[in-house]
Amino acid sequence: MATTPYRVIGTRPVRHDGADKVTGKAVYTADFKLPGLQAGFVLRSPHPHAKIVSIDTSAAEATAGVSAVVTGADFPNVQDKIAQLGEGSVNLAHLSANCMAKDKVLYKGHAVAAVSATNAHIAEEAAAKIVVEYEILPSVTDIMEAMADDAPLLHADLFTDDLGQKADTASNVAVHMHFEKGDVAAGFEQADVVVEAEFKTATVHQGYIEPHAIVADYNEDGRVRLWTATQGSFTCRQQTAEILQIGVGDVLVTPCEIGGGFGGKIAVYLEPTAAILSKKAGRPVSILMTRTDVFEATGPTPASFMRVKVGAKNDGTLIAGEAWIAYDAGAFPSGVIGHGCTCVFSCYDIEHAVVDGYDVCVNKPHTKAYRAPGATQVAFAMEQLMDELAEQLDICPLEIRMKNAVKEGSRRVDGPVYPQIGYVECLEALRDSDHWNSPLAGDNRGRGIAGGFWFGCGMKSSAACSVNSDGTINLLEGSTDIGGSRASLAMQLAETLGIESSDVNPMVGDTDSVGYTDVTGGSRVTFATGLAAYEAGIDLQSQMKVRAAELWECETSDVSIADDGTFSGNGKTAGFKDLATQLFSSGEALVGRATVAPECPTNGFAAHIVDVEVDPDTGKVTILRYTAIQDAGTAIHPSYVEGQMQGGAVQGIGWALNEEYFFNDDDQMTNASFLDYRMPTMLDVPMIDTIIVETGNADHPYGVRGVGEPPIIPPPPAIGNAIYNATQTRMRELPMSPPKVWQAMQSSD
Amino acid sequence: MATIFIPAQLRTLTAGIEQLEMDVHNVREVIDQLEQRFPGIRDRLCQQDQISPSLQISIDSVITSRGMIAKIQPNSEVHFIPAIAGG
Repeated sequence: MATTPYRVIGTRPVRHDGADKVTGKAVYTADFKLPGLQAGFVLRSPHPHAKIVSIDTSAAEATAGVSAVVTGADFPNVQDKIAQLGEGSVNLAHLSANCMAKDKVLYKGHAVAAVSATNAHIAEEAAAKIVVEYEILPSVTDIMEAMADDAPLLHADLFTDDLGQKADTASNVAVHMHFEKGDVAAGFEQADVVVEAEFKTATVHQGYIEPHAIVADYNEDGRVRLWTATQGSFTCRQQTAEILQIGVGDVLVTPCEIGGGFGGKIAVYLEPTAAILSKKAGRPVSILMTRTDVFEATGPTPASFMRVKVGAKNDGTLIAGEAWIAYDAGAFPSGVIGHGCTCVFSCYDIEHAVVDGYDVCVNKPHTKAYRAPGATQVAFAMEQLMDELAEQLDICPLEIRMKNAVKEGSRRVDGPVYPQIGYVECLEALRDSDHWNSPLAGDNRGRGIAGGFWFGCGMKSSAACSVNSDGTINLLEGSTDIGGSRASLAMQLAETLGIESSDVNPMVGDTDSVGYTDVTGGSRVTFATGLAAYEAGIDLQSQMKVRAAELWECETSDVSIADDGTFSGNGKTAGFKDLATQLFSSGEALVGRATVAPECPTNGFAAHIVDVEVDPDTGKVTILRYTAIQDAGTAIHPSYVEGQMQGGAVQGIGWALNEEYFFNDDDQMTNASFLDYRMPTMLDVPMIDTIIVETGNADHPYGVRGVGEPPIIPPPPAIGNAIYNATQTRMRELPMSPPKVWQAMQSSD
Repeated sequence: MATIFIPAQLRTLTAGIEQLEMDVHNVREVIDQLEQRFPGIRDRLCQQDQISPSLQISIDSVITSRGMIAKIQPNSEVHFIPAIAGG
């Protein structure tokens, strides 16, 4: 790893929440109890598509121990309006209808009613007494079938949006996007070699280990208190308020510790239901999802169908690209297709390109963000076509990538040009790596590489730092900590103030106690909330300069702060803690604060190498060696950067080799458990080696780029390229599970 | 003069014009001038006097959160791009 000029940044201190996590003292939502707490149970549709004719809840309500029963009729009628939720926008009517169906169920697992009772068993038994009369409708779960003219319609009022212009007739296609750069027809005419193929990827779930959970207490004064596992307490507050049709100030969200999210814990599912149950019951209510609930009724990532075509000149220069992409939105219009469109050619400088994207509703759970949402699907297509071009042109796969890699000034297909970025540096690190330079020997073995890009968001963040009498700091910030961000934020504040990371006590505040902060997502927290922590430190130093001048009987302008945080003035010097201690006993307490909204994307790039062995008798692919390379800008806590790279790579390996939703002929998911939904475990993968590239980032005082999302993108195409290298069989569909690989090998013989 | 890039889906409204130079100081002036020259384009880009929630404005490759009041410099590049979220 590169050396760092910093004192705290770049070191690997023990995380502040580590002791609580490893001793089991960290409080997750399911651990949280209130006096009189009722247990909730959600009744879900057994059908993928049906009208709700009637719901009879009388038997459930009469059950001893039941405190409340709710259905869609208890939910306020929410306007069909688009609301900004910090990260992306949402149709509030769809959001509400996804939490609790009203007239129709649109996927198996769609909530139709809920019960609260003195314990979970009574709630479940009472829910079983609810009689729902359905009129079953034809269903569709395949993207291409859903786009057909004669497909069953999920929403009679859904008209394809073509950048603000609605189609004349209803369909399942919610959105069509179109991007053009240059003259693609002329570009392909100039191409010496053209490759084109169709690709498919499966529905996959984020697979966070903690199921969704909520505790809601609807107080007599009309205020709702929520304790929940969420990636964004403020967006949870807003969504809940919008669905309940109350003010955001009437909702208090306390984020509990969170066992993973990866984009899947931004939308609300249980919160409004639990709140309405609590209001009716007059007592607090908790609801815990089962793993089956999580698979069937939360937000996996879209399945996709893609047709991609790329042309190059004989010297390997890419000249033209064309992509037709359809993503499965699930039951309601989604927002991931735009990312697929803008990421498909994002790693390469292509003079002429055109992209069409379609967001398609199907009778599956409403798809949501999953780590670099939309980018992994298109990379599976584009990065394999790069290898196919390289083969046809007899060029090394790394060389063709380096020749065409985007750099500062390259223009994306959607228009903007890149600022200083680090894809070339990632490829150079790959070229210089021990892995790339180690020969791979043995039968049925192959090596593959691939690149990946994710924008990285800024958005709003807030932080406050209170100085204790001994000069230590309580850092209050609003980003729920999923990947060790308390440590990375504390370290940035410590670096700013010239103290140790252990001198900072970071805490994630609730929505009443900390300034507005957007979601933990978009690879933004260490970047944007880190900036807030830095600015709060600068604010604190500014106040301390004034107070030091009073203490040292000089002008404020006479006080200076050295790079190590030492204050000097009028012949006196004091370190931060020393001065803070003196100031504590000579006046007001010190509190620094900051709220920021950086607007620049952090532009993260990754490049991966993988060696595989393919069993010719079974099609099973074994990962022999894996190296993930990524530009982190600056690695604040390298262990957590490496952890993100390793975790993302393993999730990508899951996409590549095993993970998919299986549906039966009745469009019902048949593998909604971790027994049958096969995610990789530590036994399935080797140690993921990591190489952190640090190119800095001029838009952050310490040069941070977001790191959470890029590492999930390259694994599927890298493994696809490795399988081809091993078997001469090109895989066009995810997952590349043993039956599919075996079948493809037979077909290519 | 700032350079305004017309999204490909709206080029039927601009007779195929892909980009144009404008003397503008903020996004509202961009929208106003576009609408004056290409009637109907405002409804495609905006909802209720705000930029459509499905769109973002990129000014010199920086995504602005300030909507209509976002400032534009004389040599800026302005793009309308899909709203980006993350996981």
